[in-house]
Order: sequence, then C-alpha cells, then structure tokens
Amino acid sequence: MTASAPDTAAKPTRAFRLDLKTVGPLLALALLILLGISLNENFLTYNNLTNVLARSSFIGIIAIGATFVITSGGLDLSVGSMAAVIAGVMIMVMNWLIPSMGISWSVVLAGMAAGILLGGVAGVFNGMMITRGRIEAFIVTLGTMGIFRSLVTFLANGGTLSLNFEVADVYRPVYYDGLLGVPYPIIVFALVAIAGEIVMRRTAFGRHCAAIGSNEQVARYSSINVDNVRLMTYILQGVLVGVAVLLYVPRLGSASSTTGVLWELEAIAGVIIGGTTLKGGYGRIWGTVVGVVILGLIGNILNLQSLISPYLNGAFQGVIIILAVLLQRGSRRT
Amino acid sequence: MKLAKSLLAATVIVGALGGVAVAQDKIVIGVSVPAADHGWTGGVNYFAQQAIERLGATYPDVEFVFASAPDAPKQIADIEDMVATRGIDALVILPGDPDAMTSAIKQVKDSGKFVTVVDRQLSVDGVEDLYVAGDNPGLGANAAAYIKEQLPEGGNIVILRGLPIPIDQQRFDGFMAGIEGSNITVLDDEFANWNRDDGFKVMQDFLTRFPDIKAVWTQDDDISLGAIEAIKQAGREGEMFIVGGAGMQQILQAVAAGDALTPVDVSYSPAMIATAIELTTSHLVGGIHVNGRFVLESTLITQDNAAEYLDADSPF
Repeated sequence: MTASAPDTAAKPTRAFRLDLKTVGPLLALALLILLGISLNENFLTYNNLTNVLARSSFIGIIAIGATFVITSGGLDLSVGSMAAVIAGVMIMVMNWLIPSMGISWSVVLAGMAAGILLGGVAGVFNGMMITRGRIEAFIVTLGTMGIFRSLVTFLANGGTLSLNFEVADVYRPVYYDGLLGVPYPIIVFALVAIAGEIVMRRTAFGRHCAAIGSNEQVARYSSINVDNVRLMTYILQGVLVGVAVLLYVPRLGSASSTTGVLWELEAIAGVIIGGTTLKGGYGRIWGTVVGVVILGLIGNILNLQSLISPYLNGAFQGVIIILAVLLQRGSRRT
Repeated sequence: MKLAKSLLAATVIVGALGGVAVAQDKIVIGVSVPAADHGWTGGVNYFAQQAIERLGATYPDVEFVFASAPDAPKQIADIEDMVATRGIDALVILPGDPDAMTSAIKQVKDSGKFVTVVDRQLSVDGVEDLYVAGDNPGLGANAAAYIKEQLPEGGNIVILRGLPIPIDQQRFDGFMAGIEGSNITVLDDEFANWNRDDGFKVMQDFLTRFPDIKAVWTQDDDISLGAIEAIKQAGREGEMFIVGGAGMQQILQAVAAGDALTPVDVSYSPAMIATAIELTTSHLVGGIHVNGRFVLESTLITQDNAAEYLDADSPF
C-alpha cells in the first residue's frame, strides 16, 4: 500500500517505465507462444495447452509458496525432496489403511489429510530451525533437502513406492478429470494463485513479508513480529507442497527417489522470472504464475520440434530463462 | 591417574592391533555401487546387499565392505578408504561415472588387488581382472528386432531415450542398426532421463505432435510407466505398443498378464552385481579362474518366459 502513493504522484514517463517492467514476463510469454505457434500447428490445441498447464500446476503451487518465502528474504531448497517424501508417506498411509477401510474415497481422503499435515510439520521444522535456531535458511533447507531425499529412498528401499492399484483407480480422476473440461490441477492452481495474490496484496501478512524482506531491522522497529511472519511463510510453503503432492500422486500413483528432483530450482526460477527479487522485499504472485507457465512452455516447445538437438535442450532452457529476466530488467533503470 | 590413562591407551592400542590381526585372517572384499537414485540403481543396491548376506553366511572367512555413493568423488573416497583402512583383497565396483573413476580404480589394481568392474566400461582397457556387464547394444538390437517383426510393413515410431551418456548411445546405436533396411520411420527421439515424470511429459508432447504412432521404444521401464499414463490419458492405447528395457517387476507382471500395450520387455537385470560378487568370491575362496569378460545376455522377455524373471522381493 505504501508503494502506491509515490506511483500515482510520479510523472507520466515514470508510470510508462513501470508499465514496461510489469509487462516484461508477459512479453516473454507472448514471444514464446508465437514461437510455439510457428513451430507446430498443434501447439495451440486445447489438449496441448491443458496438458502443459496441468503438469505445470505442481511447480506452480509450490512456487506460489516460494514467492512468500523469497519475498520475506528467505529461501527453501527442500521443497523438491519434501514433495517426494510426502508422496511416499501418502502412498504408504493409503496402502496401510486399505485392510481396515477398504477401497474407498475415505482412504484417499485420509491420505490427503496425511499429506497436508506432513507438509505443515516439515514447514514448522524448517521455520523453527531458521527463526528460533537462528540458522541461515540456505543451510537449514540444504540440510532438510538431504534428509527428506534420503528418507524417501529409505522408505522405498531404493526402489519405488506404488499405490495399491484399485485405490489408484479411485484417486486417478483427481489428476485426469476436471470441471467443464478444465482439469482439476489447473483449477486448484488457479484458486491457489488467486488466494495468494489476495494475501500478498491485501493482507497485513503479505505487507509484512515484503517489509521484512526489504529491511529486517526497520520491520522489527515497526513492531512486526519478524520471527512469526517468517515461520508462517515456511509453514505456508510446506502446506502448499502438500497440496501440490495431492495432485501429483494420482498421476503416476508412485513415488521414488527421483520424484521432485530439481523442483526447488524450477520453483525458484519461476518466481524470479515472474519479477520477484531473489534478495527479497518485493513479490508478485501473478508474475510467478506467468514464470511457471513460461518454464512449462519451454519444455513443451522443445519436445514439439526437432530443430534443436536434444543434447542442447538444457542450454536452450537456460538461454530463455536469462532472456526472460533480461526483458524485465532491461526496462528498469536502476 | 597418568598410569591409569596410559594403561587404558595401551589396552586400546593392543585391542585395535588384535582386531587388525583377526581381520587379516579373513578375506575382505569391497563392494562399491552408486547410490539408489533411480529404480535400476535401487535394484543394484538390493541385489548387492542380498548377495553379500548370502555369501557372508556361506563363507564365514570372507568379510564384505559395502559402500553406496551419490557421485564420483564420494565413490573414489570410498574405495580409497577400503584400501587404506579395511585392507581389502578384492574390489567389486559399479562405477557411477567410469571416465572419472578410471585412474582411481587403476591405483587399486596397481596395489595388487583383484578388481571386478560391473556394467560400465572404464576409459582405459586392461585395468580390471574381471568385467561383468549386460549387453547394451543387444538391448537396443533385441527391441529393434521385435518392433521390426511386429511391423513388417513398417510404420512410425518414437524413441524416449535415457540420459546423454555412453550406455544410452550404445543402446541407441544398437537399435538404429537393428531397424536399418526396414520401412520403420523414427519420427523423433528425446531424452526422458530414465525418469517416469519426464517419460509422461515427453510422451504427452509426442502424442500431440504425431497423429500416427505404431510403436514406442523407451529403453527403460521407468520411462515406460510415465509413457503408459500419457497414452492412456490420450485414449490411444489401441494404436501402439511399448518396448521398454531392464525388466522392472511392474512391467514384467503386465507382460506375464498379456497386456497389449506392453507385450514384451528386454532384460538388463541389476542382479548382474550379484553375479560379479559371486564370481569374485569364488575366485578368492576357491581359486577358480574367472579373469575375463562376462556379458549377460539382454533377452527378449515375452509372456511365455516372463515367469522366470519375476521376483516379488526385488525393489525394481
């Protein structure tokens, strides 16, 4: 809210510049869509677009949590491993409940509850270590990243945890079906994004996140409970990882040590492409959504053509990520 | 007080020396494998530990040292420790990255240990005493032969590859040589990183792009599982079949049940590590000559012989 006062008072040139900055990620998205259309006629089909959005929704939901963490000056490197261990435990819980509860929706709901709960607990642990234990967020979450990854490997005995086939059939529609032709993962992603945008823009919590990220001392003097706000961002992150996993498990019905590898980097890349600054203080939820969609489209476009050698996929992806950020920085004269 | 301390120290030293003396009576075999980072390496870890348990019970005079490493530097440190502190007589190693590890393994060999290399060829010939591996070019060739037989008129196929490393290239080259001269058209090949999430994504995009696909070669069963979901989602399971590889239990069960989408698989069993440990142990214990190359066939697994490959306890 405080930021809007000088903006309205600024000269027209400044307002114009501000517009360009905001438009950066959207411009990158538009260019990417044009590229996609020119490369393949099936790019714009409804099926292709829903495929890309649905499979981007896991990273998207996690990245919305990451926007809060990063805006308040923190970082969570453990989200990918956390997703894997939550998926593993959810599958074990559901398999374990089958003898007593039978093949039913109640088993699935119990699994979902366990997933969300575990995400929250993992978030509390990360957050407490950082705020009460006074350890760098980078170190704490680097540590939990290793812990969670080993745990899922251990639980799966180095192999794969698979959901009971019949329960998987009950659960399957959560990923593959939808409302009025829109897959559920996309709907959930949209709802989480809208809620995130409201919380970030319209609530005290959102403003406190930005204030802490921009200057922790000043925030403290302004009687913001810095530790509690920080803790909340990690809990929110954990719960959102749980929500993402609820949608992930029905897709393949399994979890292994490769589940969620590098998701943390994809989520952070999405947040940064969307215009949130890595050092904190300024966050944009809708930007994150655009950033994640850009990342999803890059992978899709690379698969839809055969011009670029598959050996160069990683390089092409890197170039586009840097370009997307350049586009939005280029117009910002600082 | 001082006396008590020195006495204590002396006891500890003597005890330790005694421990070493006892250990020297035994034959010590080091086993080093990559960490369980995907289904197949998970299987390697399982079969290695199982073989160690079984052989340890059979031969009380043989002691095994097992280590599992996530990357080349850690694996090199593991084998250095085995030589320096555990006094191994032989090393059985599945090198995660054979090029990075060749010189370290050569050092173990030069210090007079028996060295068995599994699955991945070192960048210098003649380092190892025994080489035990699956047949990578054969994995590609067998898959190609089956697809050629099923599509005598030819047709469009897509390939989901592993990672850009030599094993993948050997399989790929074997496959391409296998379909040469037929009317089979490879529409495209993409890396799916031996991972089911990537298998799902790449297959979804192939399905969007190509309206006519007769067969899919994934060269790995983890990738197949992702591809299967993508094909089912698109409702096109009647149009094509998948040939994977490595012999994952879940796929083998489908093959045994006569599933139309996965009619066959090509074996490339992680149990080859157990073969290597067995051979090395018989060499040290029984003095049986095992030097040379031992290549396990990559067999085509069909509904008829699937039962032979099923193992309910295997994590892969």
